[in-house]
Amino acid sequence: MSINMHPNRLLQPSAIVRHAVLLTTGALILVPFVWMVSLSIKPPGEIFRASFSFWPAQIYGVENYTKALTEAPLPRYMGNGLIVCALILGLQILVCAPCAYALAKLRFPGRDLLFAMVLIGLLLPHQVLSLPLFVLSYQLGILNTYAALIFPYVVSPFGIFLFRQFFKTIPDDVVHAARLDGLSEIAIVWKIMVPMALPALAAFSIFSIVGHWNDLFWPLIAVRDESLMPPPLGIMAFKSEESGNDYGPLMAASTLIVLPLVVAFLAAQKWFVEGMTGGAVK
Amino acid sequence: MSEPLALTGAPNEPSATGIVRALPSPAAAPARRRAFTEALAAWALAGPAVFFLLALFFLPVIGVFVIALTDWQFGALTLSFVGLANFREVFADDGFRASLVNTIVYVLIVVPGTLVFGLLIALLIESGKSCRSFYRAIHFLPFMATLTAMAVAWEALLHPTIGLVNQTLAAIGLPTANWLRDENTALPVLAVIGIWQNLGYAMVLFLAGLKSIPQDLYDAADIDGADLWLDRFRTVTLPLLGPVSMFVVIVVALRAFESFDTVKVLTQGGPGHASEMLLYTLYRESFEYLRTGYGAAVATSFSPSS
Repeated sequence: MSINMHPNRLLQPSAIVRHAVLLTTGALILVPFVWMVSLSIKPPGEIFRASFSFWPAQIYGVENYTKALTEAPLPRYMGNGLIVCALILGLQILVCAPCAYALAKLRFPGRDLLFAMVLIGLLLPHQVLSLPLFVLSYQLGILNTYAALIFPYVVSPFGIFLFRQFFKTIPDDVVHAARLDGLSEIAIVWKIMVPMALPALAAFSIFSIVGHWNDLFWPLIAVRDESLMPPPLGIMAFKSEESGNDYGPLMAASTLIVLPLVVAFLAAQKWFVEGMTGGAVK
Repeated sequence: MSEPLALTGAPNEPSATGIVRALPSPAAAPARRRAFTEALAAWALAGPAVFFLLALFFLPVIGVFVIALTDWQFGALTLSFVGLANFREVFADDGFRASLVNTIVYVLIVVPGTLVFGLLIALLIESGKSCRSFYRAIHFLPFMATLTAMAVAWEALLHPTIGLVNQTLAAIGLPTANWLRDENTALPVLAVIGIWQNLGYAMVLFLAGLKSIPQDLYDAADIDGADLWLDRFRTVTLPLLGPVSMFVVIVVALRAFESFDTVKVLTQGGPGHASEMLLYTLYRESFEYLRTGYGAAVATSFSPSS
């Protein structure tokens, strides 16, 4: 930033220091990832013969990954994660976008009260509500089903807030023109507002998917069956079965669970940063 | 879903009768009618969200208080008001007090650590033009990686005999430790993992903050004699990053208060209560020991602190 103002005086040494420090901190940050992948392709003997080498003498990747995919229902865990994330996101958009449109573009009694409710929902730490939500899912008879994993997240206060902020930047004239064309209010939401709010939609989708793919707390409470477990809960089940003796397959399973988000992140870094900082960073 | 619509119909009734009374004025009637249909449409559009906000946020808040103030147990058909008995039990419990202190210590390590490292890395990245998005990606990676899986990787890294950490320390002649089973190191190690996970988040927010500082201010500081980088940093950069820093502190503090995954995977609160934190206490008491009233009392004491 400020160093740029004197390029001729400072560029060379400062650039070297910059790269040296950032490569060092970056390497330290990556150590857990590298160690995880490294153990996932080592044979058991090599893992327990303490050594520094990240690269195995004998590559055992196929065996470890096969074991991870067959001995634990890892494909099932990941499929569960996919189903749960997709349904949560779909329902959230379906519920939040119309509400956000009403808050952004319509005048009605109770609008400020509704917005206050959204802000309170935004500030509540969701885990605090886990006990009543558990009781509620018991009463509804949905404990230990996909529905239990999904229902607490059907409405996202953050989603309503983000869409409202974005819809407010769309000129009123667009809405008026759509009404003159005979579009109903609900049609305006889905045919005009949401397509115009694609950046907000992308940011929110990433926020939601990353949050729910990674969530451990609620699935731990909501489901017991292995066949319903999303990835973080699955990796815990796998870990306690293996009881720490079989690091290779466990690391292979961890790698496979982290992989989809990491690949997506590297492919769309800008969107991820925006989505996961709540649109605070453009 | 029909319920909120029926509920929200009520406030609109006065305007409906208003239309009838306003009929003599020809201009007012369509305007009133339009306002009424607009309000109706708005509540219809917001209806599902209102219903779920009430059912999934506001009702459970009331539920937590009801459970905390009564002797209700999971599955019981009756309940009676017991006042603050659950809270007295919670605060008399050494385990809870340890959990509260641990959480505060954890937050007090993670927040400043995240803030300082996040800012330093952001300043370094912003100080040059090359490889910016590469460095940003690397440092942001832990923030979006599945923490449960990464905790498993950390456990292997911290393994007392075959872990990379102890091997490295032993190789350079430093004392090793059983990091997750030693009551002096368990909580600090979890805090280091907390900083590792969150610093990328602080970094991207600081990068955005740095970009928004106008170049004019640095030019003005130059004219005023702020020749050294440190002078410009002290007089321009730092004050203008104030609001961003405040935001980072709040969000990271909230995230640190809610730490759960690393406790659950790595230490289960142990050894003893050395690394027990509030959300883990809440989980274990409510859902493993099924001490409903106790769990609800922890939950209600948890919310004001975060």
